[in-house]
Amino acid sequence: MKRRKLDIGAVPGNVARGADERLQVATPLRSLLNKVFPDHWSFLLGEIALFSFVVLLLTGVFLTLFFDPSMKEVVYDGSYTALRGTEMSAAYASTLDISFDVRGGLIMRQMHHWAALMFMASIVIHMFRVFFTGAFRKPRETNWVIGVTLFFMGFFAGFTGYSIPDDGLSGTGLRIASAIMLSMPVIGSWLSSSIFGGEFPGMLIIPRFFIAHVLIIPAVLLGLIAAHLGLVFSQKHTQWPGPGRTNENVVGERMFPRYAMKQGGFFMAVFGVIAFMAGAFQINPIWLFGPYRASEVSSASQPDWYVMFMDGLVRLMPAWAIEIPIGDGYVIPPMFWPAGVLLGVLAVLPMTYPAIEARLTGDKKIHNLLERPRDNPPRTALGMMAISFFIIATISGGNDVVADKFHISLNAMTWVGRIGLLVVPPIAYWVTYRICLGLQQHDREVLAHGVETGIIRRLPDGRFIEVHQPLAAPDEHGHTHLEYTGWVVPKKMNRVGALAPAIKGFFFPIEKPSEAPVSPGHPPVDPAAKREEVGSSH
Amino acid sequence: MSTKTPSTEAVDINDPKLSRFEIIREGARRDDIEIVHYEPQFAPGSKAEKRMVRIVAGFFLITGVASLAFLGIFIFWPWEYEFGAYTASKFYTPLLGVTLGIALLGIGFGILTWAKKLLPHEISVQDRHVGTNADEQKLTGETALYMLDELGLKRRPLLKGAIGLGLAPVAVVAAAPLIGGLIKDPHGDERQSMFKTGFNADYNDGKLVRLVREDGSPVRPEDVSAGGQITVFPGISHGATNEWADSPTLLIHLRANDAAKAAEAADADEINKGAYYGPYVAFSKICSHAGCPASLYEQQTNRLLCPCHQSQFLIIDNARPIFGPAHRRLAMLPIEVDAEGFFVAKADYKEAVGPDFWERP
Repeated sequence: MKRRKLDIGAVPGNVARGADERLQVATPLRSLLNKVFPDHWSFLLGEIALFSFVVLLLTGVFLTLFFDPSMKEVVYDGSYTALRGTEMSAAYASTLDISFDVRGGLIMRQMHHWAALMFMASIVIHMFRVFFTGAFRKPRETNWVIGVTLFFMGFFAGFTGYSIPDDGLSGTGLRIASAIMLSMPVIGSWLSSSIFGGEFPGMLIIPRFFIAHVLIIPAVLLGLIAAHLGLVFSQKHTQWPGPGRTNENVVGERMFPRYAMKQGGFFMAVFGVIAFMAGAFQINPIWLFGPYRASEVSSASQPDWYVMFMDGLVRLMPAWAIEIPIGDGYVIPPMFWPAGVLLGVLAVLPMTYPAIEARLTGDKKIHNLLERPRDNPPRTALGMMAISFFIIATISGGNDVVADKFHISLNAMTWVGRIGLLVVPPIAYWVTYRICLGLQQHDREVLAHGVETGIIRRLPDGRFIEVHQPLAAPDEHGHTHLEYTGWVVPKKMNRVGALAPAIKGFFFPIEKPSEAPVSPGHPPVDPAAKREEVGSSH
Repeated sequence: MSTKTPSTEAVDINDPKLSRFEIIREGARRDDIEIVHYEPQFAPGSKAEKRMVRIVAGFFLITGVASLAFLGIFIFWPWEYEFGAYTASKFYTPLLGVTLGIALLGIGFGILTWAKKLLPHEISVQDRHVGTNADEQKLTGETALYMLDELGLKRRPLLKGAIGLGLAPVAVVAAAPLIGGLIKDPHGDERQSMFKTGFNADYNDGKLVRLVREDGSPVRPEDVSAGGQITVFPGISHGATNEWADSPTLLIHLRANDAAKAAEAADADEINKGAYYGPYVAFSKICSHAGCPASLYEQQTNRLLCPCHQSQFLIIDNARPIFGPAHRRLAMLPIEVDAEGFFVAKADYKEAVGPDFWERP
């Protein structure tokens, strides 16, 4: 018999056909390849968090290969001679070994820490984006709640990770965590005792935090992230309003290849920035803090940035305790209010915000189009109020450093924080509200009168007026009647095509100047409901 | 590119005249996607396109060079840490970071440029399918309700009761070992009592406990100069370690004027009466607020500041809190000097030390 020749060209087709016969993937795969994503830079903030999380997993696995989560006392005998002969926990000693005696260990540690800071920062910025554009509205309330939960899980992931090297700062942090647990009414001492396995510090907290940090919390984070992305995928991404964009469609580009490629490139860029920072900027130099000793602390003991607001609130709290004179007496310490009640409020309030807003506005509609911050002044103002509160609390978390560097009295800084926390948020609310209205007003003005051209004309009667370029054919009074759509209004002449686009080429112009650019947020799209002939310009 | 597709009617995808793009467009349509704009950014083979291709290739080449540099540094650069010495190994981590960063950014920017500049611009519109189908809701709802009917809990009340009484405890069984094993009575362990410290004579075979330095050496009054202070620990085994985390104590030698005020204040207080030894006073170093060591002592004002949350305590007035979030004073350790001339604790602290908690009297 004659052997059939292998046709190389037909192999991929045959393999694909074989796969589809067995798995029936053709239809779902095509709808995946074709899925349309709207594009805007602000939709990529959450991706930074996702990519940082991948970096955290990669570097974290490496670190576990060398880290010894044990509080057993050992005598350090590594390369860092300043601490040689010092008694310390095995956890701290192994962290020193990762930093000094493992090839490339320090950069992995620093990448892990920088990625963690980046993870939390991008979560927060992403939350701002979602909040200020109203992306949390129906049908996406669930995903908003998952997002807020992700922030708090990230908070605990960060705190446990910060604690387990058992250096001077992490021990101090644990001491304060224990005090926060102790401050809970009725159950406080039981809670602390149960978590620490006895009185602080005991011998169990580092192994327990370790398993929380490397197993329990990452598992929860992974599950929540999967649910978060799954919901984004199935509910389809929100989009900005604009020409051709409606509540019922998604305008953008198909996922493959261009969108997916951009995501891949973006991941590499995020990874690269983290790697660069890990090499160039020192982070958490635990060898300078020394092992944790209950009797030692230095000033400028600050936690990581996302915990500083808590620390700040605790610092600003006046010494108000509630003493209950029954029997030997019971007490609710001042710590309970900022670290217990307020933290609870700060967790629950954002989660319920979508429901609160829907209740107050009576809005039960489905929203797939985003709102610009200026178009919902109360929400934007509330958000700025929250941010100003957060910023003051965060600055107060480092008020000793501010006092030291700027030669301000420490007590004055505390009072500035206490008063500021109450006074600044309402001011931020009012100012933001007015700015939103002003921006709206200007948009409406341009829609009615046109773009300012910068050309001043002198009229025969001696008056000077500025010439405006109307955006549509004006009526007899010179007014244009354009609808306010909640999307970008051109405010400069070159935005309406009055200026020639720049000629490309660094050293010399390349060919002819390209045609007028198509703003990515402002595509010339027609509604696609009807299947009409479509011809592009080329 | 010119694409003319007959509208409305279905496309025969096996039509050999169709271009691949037309088939793609038909596939997208079947997923309710309309590709409304699809346009290459450069004329194929144009100078501008070639330039962009060179840029992308350049990024990838940069990655190659940086990756090799990273590997070379990782393997050959001296990395062993030398304390204090200004050697090449100091640059090991920065060089790794910079080369790795450049390598990854090279791939990133290469791919981004490729996607953003070399792939055609596209605008597609996909139908969202918003809105719900009442029929579907009814069908699914009835199916679910029928399942409940089939179980027949309504008709079989005995089963309902059996589930409640018989199976509910199983949920607790699952939780009991997980949670129950962790629960620990804070007052159950005599050794770790929240009301005792290492200065309790019980931990020293009934003998008074000496105040010792971190290295275990006992302290004489003349070791602390006027206006000075040292941190002391209970003179028992492991007394200066974290095992006795609530025992660190600040021993302060007050100046004559301040000492008189401090003594007067202490004697006026029921608990602190006579707890001082001449101009020497000893207060718990563990802040009554969050448990940080309150270690910044200001001689001039006799204030003790906790660097964690800035609580301030006035030492000459029984360490009363005068600023910040702490509301309870620092406990005072009653001290005297033993026959050999070393400081000892006359007794343990009479108030609990450390952060405040519910049942603390």
